[in-house]
Amino acid sequence: MKITLDNVVKTFDTFRAVHGVSLEIESGELLALLGPSGSGKTTILRMVAGLEFPDSGRILFGDVDATDIPVRERGVGFVFQHYALFPHMTVAENIAFGMKVSKVRRSRAEIDARVNQLLQLVKLPGLGNRFPSQISGGQRQRVALARALAVDPKVLLLDEPFGALDANVRRDLRRWLREIHQELGITTIFVTHDQEEALDLADRVVILDQGKIAQMGTPRDVCRNPNSAFVTRFLGDANRFSGVSSNGRVTVAGVEVATAAIPDGPAEMYVRPTDLIWSREGQGVPVRITRVLDRADGRRILAETEDGTHIEIDADVDLDVEAGQRGFVQVKRANVYGAGA
Amino acid sequence: MRQRRILPGFGLSMGITLCYVAVIVALPIGALVFKAASLGPEDYWRIVTSARALASYRVTVLSAAAATAFNLVFGLALAWALVRYQFPGRRLIDAMVDLPFALPTAVAGIALTTVFASNGWFGSFLASMNIKVVYTPLGIMVAMAFTSLPFIVRTVQPVLEDLDPALEEAAQSLGSSDLNIFRRVILPLLTPALLAGTSLAFARSLGEFGAIIFIAGNQPMETEITALLAFIRLEEYDYPAAAAIASVMLFAAFVMLAVTNYLQARALRYTAR
Repeated sequence: MKITLDNVVKTFDTFRAVHGVSLEIESGELLALLGPSGSGKTTILRMVAGLEFPDSGRILFGDVDATDIPVRERGVGFVFQHYALFPHMTVAENIAFGMKVSKVRRSRAEIDARVNQLLQLVKLPGLGNRFPSQISGGQRQRVALARALAVDPKVLLLDEPFGALDANVRRDLRRWLREIHQELGITTIFVTHDQEEALDLADRVVILDQGKIAQMGTPRDVCRNPNSAFVTRFLGDANRFSGVSSNGRVTVAGVEVATAAIPDGPAEMYVRPTDLIWSREGQGVPVRITRVLDRADGRRILAETEDGTHIEIDADVDLDVEAGQRGFVQVKRANVYGAGA
Repeated sequence: MRQRRILPGFGLSMGITLCYVAVIVALPIGALVFKAASLGPEDYWRIVTSARALASYRVTVLSAAAATAFNLVFGLALAWALVRYQFPGRRLIDAMVDLPFALPTAVAGIALTTVFASNGWFGSFLASMNIKVVYTPLGIMVAMAFTSLPFIVRTVQPVLEDLDPALEEAAQSLGSSDLNIFRRVILPLLTPALLAGTSLAFARSLGEFGAIIFIAGNQPMETEITALLAFIRLEEYDYPAAAAIASVMLFAAFVMLAVTNYLQARALRYTAR
C-alpha cells in the first residue's frame, strides 16, 4: 500500500509539532523516520495510524483519502514503544485479540491456527500460554508485532520499537525485523532517534528537525551527502572547524584544507573522526593530544588545535600515541557549509 | 546468609506492629469470642438462630449487598469521570467523595433522614411516586450506600489513573469497538481494585450502625439490623447474647474477607512470575 502525506500540519500546546511534511512511501518500502526528540517523528507516525489527526493537509492510503478515517477502520498495525501488551491476557490471547473483536467472524480453530502461525513467524512457538510479565522485553516486542500482524494490516507502524531494549537484543531484533519485512513485503514505517538503527534497517531514511524534513534518501545518500550541518551532526560524530571560504577554497587555522562550492565568507567544516589523518610531523593543522581512548576496533585521539577547538580523530589500533604529544592533522574528506547553514 | 536491610529498625517496627495488633485487634476479638463461648452450645445456637436474629441478618446482608451493588456501578462511574475528564468543579467533587469518611455517621443518619423523610426535599418527591425511604429497608440501603461510597471510588481511582493509554490505543488499532475495549481490556484490569473496594464497602455496610439507626425505624423483624440487635442485648445487660450475635457478624466478616482475598489473587494471577 502506497502512502502519501501531502503538506501535513499538526500543532500542539507543547513542542511536538509538525510543520508541513510531504512524503511518499512506496508500497513495500521500509522507511525510517529519524530525528531527535521533539522533531515530530512520532506525531507523524501517529497521524498515519489515525491516533492523531492533522490540522491541515492530507494522508492518502493508495488513492483513498484516509485523513479522517479513525484508527480502528484504517487497517494499520501499530507497535508501541513499551509494547502495550494486555497484561491480563496470555501471549496467545494478546495475538488473538484483533481477530476476536473483529466484525469478521472467525471460528475458534481458525483463530488458534493463525495464532500458532504467527508465533512461528516471530520465533516464539510454545510461549502462547505465558503472560506478558513472564517473558523478556525482546520477546514482548515480538509478541506486540505478532499481535499487530494478526489483523493483516495494510501498513505496519512501529514507534521506537527497540528503544527500551539493551544493545545486543536490539541488534538481533533489527536483523529479524528486516527478515520479516522481506518475507511479508508489507509497507513499514518506523520511528527512531538512533541513527545506527535507521541506517541499518531502512530502505530510505527521513531525517526530521523541528517538525520539518531536513533530508530524505537512502542510507547511502544521506551518509555520503548530508545536506546540512544538522544532518551531518545528527548522523554521527563530527568535528566542527570554523574557517573562511574564498574563491571556492576553505582555510582553517591558516591552512587550506578543502574546496567547496559555497559563497565566500565564514564557513563551517564538518569532518568525521575517521576522515582526519594524524601525523607526527608534516603538513596540516597543528594539534596537541589531550587524551587517547581505546576501543575494541581502534583508538580515538582527543586533541586540541591551537585556537582551542576540541577535535576527535580515529586511528588504527596499533598507532603509538599518548597524551601531550604534538602533531598535525590532515583532512581526508569534509562537508563544508556556509556559516549558519 | 542474612540479607542486609536498607534501613534498620526491624525489631522496633515489628514490635510495635505485634503490640498494636494484639492490643487493638486481637484482644477485643478474643474477649468477644470468650464471652460468647461462656454460653453453652445450645443456648448459643438458640440465640443466634432466633427468629429476630435471623430477620436481622437477612435485612443487614441484603441491604448491604444492594448498597454495595449500587456503589459498584456509581462508584466506578464517579471514579471514571474524575480521572478521565476535566470539568469545572472536578477537584471539589473529588474532595467531597471523602465526606462520608469525615462526617460523624450519626450526623449523616440524621441528615439523610431529614432529606428522605416524606416531608423532606427528596422524600416528598419520592412520596409522590409512592416510594417510601425512611423507616424501610430502602432507608437502610441509602445510609449504607452513603457511608461506603468512598471505598470503591478511592480504590479504583489510582488504578484507573495508572492505566496506560497505549493499551486502549492498541486495542483501537486492532479494530476493537469502545464497548469491547471497556469489556475486554479496561474492566479486567480494574477487577482487582473493584473487588478490593467492593469487599471494603460491603464490610463497612455490614458493620454500619450510627447512620442507619436514625433512618431505619428499627422495627424488629423488619428494619432492625444485626448491629442494633447486639446493642439492644447490651442495653438489657445480656452480655453473652450480645457477644453471640456479634460473633456471627465477626464470622461473616472473616469469611467474606477470605473469599475476596481469594478472588483478588485469582484476578491478579497474571502478575505472578
